[in-house]
Amino acid sequence: MPDSLKAPSVKAALARFRRSHEFWLLAVILVLCAGLGAANPQFLTMQNLFDLLTSYAFVGILALGLLVVLIAGGIDISFTATASVAQYVALVIANAYGANWFSLFAMAIGTGVALGAVNALFVQKLRIPSIIVSVATLNIFYGLLIFVTGGKYIYSLPDWFATGIFWFEFDWGPTSSYGVNLQILILGIGFLVTWLLLNRTNIGRQVYAMGGNPDAAQRLGFHTFRLNMLVYCYMGAMAGAASLVQAQLAQSVAPTVLVGKELDVVAAVVLGGASLAGGVGTVLGTFLGLALLAVLQNGLILLGVSSYWSPLFVGLVILISVSVTAWSQRERRARRVRA
Amino acid sequence: MKEKSPLSLVTRIGRSLGGGTMGTLTLLLVSLWVVFALVIGERFFSVNTLQSMAFQMPELGILSLAMMLALLSGGLNLSIIATANLTGLTIAFVLTRTVPGSEGMAWVGWQLLAIAAGFGVAGLIGLVNGYVIAYLGVSPILATLGTMTLCKGIAIGLTRGNVISGFPDPIIFIGNGTIFGVPFALVVFALCAVPVAILLNATPFGAKVYMIGSNEKATRYSGVDTRAVLLRLYVYSSLLAGVAALVMMARFNSANAAYGESYLLVTILAAVLGGVDPFGGFGKVGGLILALVILQMISSAFNLLNLSQFLTLAIWGGILIAVAAVPHLRALLRR
Repeated sequence: MPDSLKAPSVKAALARFRRSHEFWLLAVILVLCAGLGAANPQFLTMQNLFDLLTSYAFVGILALGLLVVLIAGGIDISFTATASVAQYVALVIANAYGANWFSLFAMAIGTGVALGAVNALFVQKLRIPSIIVSVATLNIFYGLLIFVTGGKYIYSLPDWFATGIFWFEFDWGPTSSYGVNLQILILGIGFLVTWLLLNRTNIGRQVYAMGGNPDAAQRLGFHTFRLNMLVYCYMGAMAGAASLVQAQLAQSVAPTVLVGKELDVVAAVVLGGASLAGGVGTVLGTFLGLALLAVLQNGLILLGVSSYWSPLFVGLVILISVSVTAWSQRERRARRVRA
Repeated sequence: MKEKSPLSLVTRIGRSLGGGTMGTLTLLLVSLWVVFALVIGERFFSVNTLQSMAFQMPELGILSLAMMLALLSGGLNLSIIATANLTGLTIAFVLTRTVPGSEGMAWVGWQLLAIAAGFGVAGLIGLVNGYVIAYLGVSPILATLGTMTLCKGIAIGLTRGNVISGFPDPIIFIGNGTIFGVPFALVVFALCAVPVAILLNATPFGAKVYMIGSNEKATRYSGVDTRAVLLRLYVYSSLLAGVAALVMMARFNSANAAYGESYLLVTILAAVLGGVDPFGGFGKVGGLILALVILQMISSAFNLLNLSQFLTLAIWGGILIAVAAVPHLRALLRR
């Protein structure tokens, strides 16, 4: 819930937070961090924190877009294909005609928004369930991209893009210096904008309402078409931004490697407590869901566990987490019935 | 009343064909067939083309059946590919350990034991899925996302991503042999599709599955043990994935943790194209088979025309949108 049920006192707010999904998630992450920090001193270093943020920025930015779609009561799994297309279009044009940071992001985000609008049109105008639309458009966008480009990788990127950015540089100790790179910057902006959209705007409120009860929202006079359009275009915009972040990190445009990763993003968002039924989900939860996956995978590597085993642990955590959540929800409901 | 009766007759025929989707799909199939026949000509009807179509379809077909079962109940089974790969690896592991001799009873028995072990693994995954979904009340997409990652993790962890290959002839026959010119894999598909169709349409269990898909709460309140039905359903779904594993490993003569991953969303595409409601309650095996034939025909025709397989993917997506839009467009026209 956003601040619609804002408690009068900090104490009540804390009490409510203690019962929330996010609290348990945070507790698990803190326990995990403490254990990993004790086992390997490398874990709780600035270096590791910056590395984690950098390598999980792509999934994180996509997760924010998906969060908004899920809250609105829809689903989108075509975003990996959208990102692949956006990446290719923006960097091919940048290579051919030149570009700067602003125009490059404008092109990628614009491509993403256009493809998001296609999804929204199919969902709204043809009344096709969003899961069908996005399964179909994933194949359409991806199939056409590889058909047109032949699936060729692009390794020569503009120099300024390959170099990236390094802002607010500061030194920590004698040998290491840190700064905000492109990945962390875009991830931060993504979180800020999504939080503002969902919690501080009228539109965000309407998105929650529409996801909670679409019929009621429509009868109250919400423009559900415009709202859905905005939601899917926002997902597209996030996919566009994420695609450049990924290209900069990988130092190449790889049209075939992103598709297939959509379920990783779904996992992060639903671990964060967003419901597939719509109307439920928070930016904080999504951050924590992402953090849990990141800390787990990173921690296993630092503990010396072969990365071959990491999906096993991720699967276990997902299964246990969703089971415990479902079980505790049922207990609470049962208690309410008894009371 | 009089002028109403022909309409009701048409709707009745339409319903018995699967609520209009069968009609749309048949029309689509025939028109695609005519177009491809005109464009490609004789080669499209050659025995080779037909046989290669029949070899390729069963894998996707059996996996789509597994997905369809979950979809009918209003759920989803994202773990079918991971289940299939883990099953395939189990069978492959047992087969390649100690094969006693190269014929005789022990040799046959060992192969049957390997297959049994594989199905044991598949059944176990199905039980986990069913228990978590039915008894703990986790949404199917999340539960199977978890088991998918878990199974893949076990498979990758144990094999380090390597391939296990080299199977005895009878196993390879399942994927590559023919009986009177009909690929044995197609026979296996029929041996899956017919029982599933009977299970869904002619047994109380099938009726309960459709009811749960339409309204789970109402079904429970009308005295059906919905949890037991769902548990059984996910076990069946897993076992079908196990059959797909057998066909897949036999065709490639190898097993791996990452085979067929691109099939996952295509099985949803095939099922929904075949008229399965993604929210549950509606859908017939006949529709799924029509959809599979359409998808396979497009793929084979594009192959003959030397068009990219990725263009096939795009066309598949476009056809799904077109078919899914038909009910709404029809309603618009009627108005």
